[in-house]
Amino acid sequence: MTGGPWDAVVMGCSAGGLEVLRAILPRLPTGFPLPVVVVAHTSADTGNLLAELLDHCCALPVAVAEDKAPMNGGAIHVAPPGYHLLIERDLTFALSLDAKVCNVRPAIDVLFVSAAEAFSGRLIGVLLTGANEDGRAGLASIKALGGLTIAQDPDTAVAETMPRSAIDAGVVDHVLAPSAIAGFLLANANSR
Amino acid sequence: MKDFEIQDIEVDLLVEALYRRHGYDFRNYARASLKRRVADLAPAFGCATVSELIPRVLHDPELGRQIVPKLSVPVTDMFRDPPVFLSLRRRVLPLLASYPRLNIWQAGCASGEEVYSLAILLREEGLSERAHIYATDINDVALARAEEGVFPLRLLKDFSTNYLKAGGQHSLSHYYHAQYDHARLDPSLRENITFARHNLASDGVFCEAHLILCRNVLIYFDHVLQNRALRLFHDSLVRQGFMCLGNRESLQFSEVVEDFAVTDHEHRIFRKRLLGEPTP
Ligand SMILES: C[S@@+](CC[C@H](N)C(=O)[O-])C[C@H]1O[C@@H](n2cnc3c(N)ncnc32)[C@H](O)[C@@H]1O
Repeated sequence: MTGGPWDAVVMGCSAGGLEVLRAILPRLPTGFPLPVVVVAHTSADTGNLLAELLDHCCALPVAVAEDKAPMNGGAIHVAPPGYHLLIERDLTFALSLDAKVCNVRPAIDVLFVSAAEAFSGRLIGVLLTGANEDGRAGLASIKALGGLTIAQDPDTAVAETMPRSAIDAGVVDHVLAPSAIAGFLLANANSR
Repeated sequence: MKDFEIQDIEVDLLVEALYRRHGYDFRNYARASLKRRVADLAPAFGCATVSELIPRVLHDPELGRQIVPKLSVPVTDMFRDPPVFLSLRRRVLPLLASYPRLNIWQAGCASGEEVYSLAILLREEGLSERAHIYATDINDVALARAEEGVFPLRLLKDFSTNYLKAGGQHSLSHYYHAQYDHARLDPSLRENITFARHNLASDGVFCEAHLILCRNVLIYFDHVLQNRALRLFHDSLVRQGFMCLGNRESLQFSEVVEDFAVTDHEHRIFRKRLLGEPTP
């Protein structure tokens, strides 16, 4: 329905993100073919907490992305708190402590831009609830390279600034409620 | 060709120019983050594109020295990841206490916060008399700051919290004087520290080390350069010497994974394996 095939899903969220991730990720069944990479704005000292929380409620394995590790289809990779997460051209993960972007590290923009380039646009970008404008530029890169872009419906978001700013910038293909996002990903992931 | 692919060529050309003209070798840095830093260089030098910067890199003898600090990322804290320092205090230093003389190499020391953290640790564990720390980096600006040992006072609150979590025996204020808006670390901490420029991409072994700390530097390197640095650490370590990497760095994807035993997995502390010692 919307092009593809797609090789990965990248997802970003900030304020209110945990609840939304819990509404989306557990609905991805074992065997979901694509790697899913998540950046959530959390404070630097939260360690592996987010990955552990998600791992408890998801069918897919959830782990913190390690530097130089390959990304796996059918697994959820979470950015380590305090580090930017990037994807290299050989589709391995890279971390950095470079300056904050949009006042945050990890920044959604940093993941999305590097992923858009590494996958040459063959990916799906999902921008969820959040109170700043991180992610808009990243979603724009994904769209410019031919990727598929989704924003959470701002009316369903705890903080609407993040999805709203991407929608206003004209870089969003589909505006969806959290309850519809997993189904949408499944339909598009399997169309390859 | 897509724009990002053209930018990739620009990065390659700039890196080649820096290397061949100024001798700074960024060719084997992890590309994705290097590309972001290179892209930021152009506006910093008043150029519209990276290509515009290249002629200046080639013809201005000073430019190499100015660019390197902007490509390096001297982000650091005192006692960053306090449990790592607690583990060094409890598990590593007691074993090092049996040596009459100790060399510690901190590679990629940035502006020195970790070096002083180590110096404090050594003093509190009664090892400073016999220990020498070599603190190295490629960033001259950061090294000069490290040697000065003066940090913005507003940072000291977090540093103090970290220090206590790392098992600190006093209050961090025991080790610094507050002056206006900055904190000057006790100069005697510096007595057994040597600050020096050393490039993990091109320089070799320079000491026999009992402990090497290299945290959050290998993430900037690709596989090839990471392996080079790890071999250099292996060659520099004494028998059963210790190596501590950053909290999110591992040997798992490197060539030396068999050459080290894991002392503390969570805090990324390894120990050089004896020849012939069975692997797990
Ligand atoms: C993020 S800082 C890490 C500071 C400190 N170790 C920490 O973890 O808090 C990375 C440092 O590595 C240094 N660096 C980068 N490339 C290097 C190289 N080839 N040789 C030595 N140091 C290097 C940078 O200049 C920078 O100061």
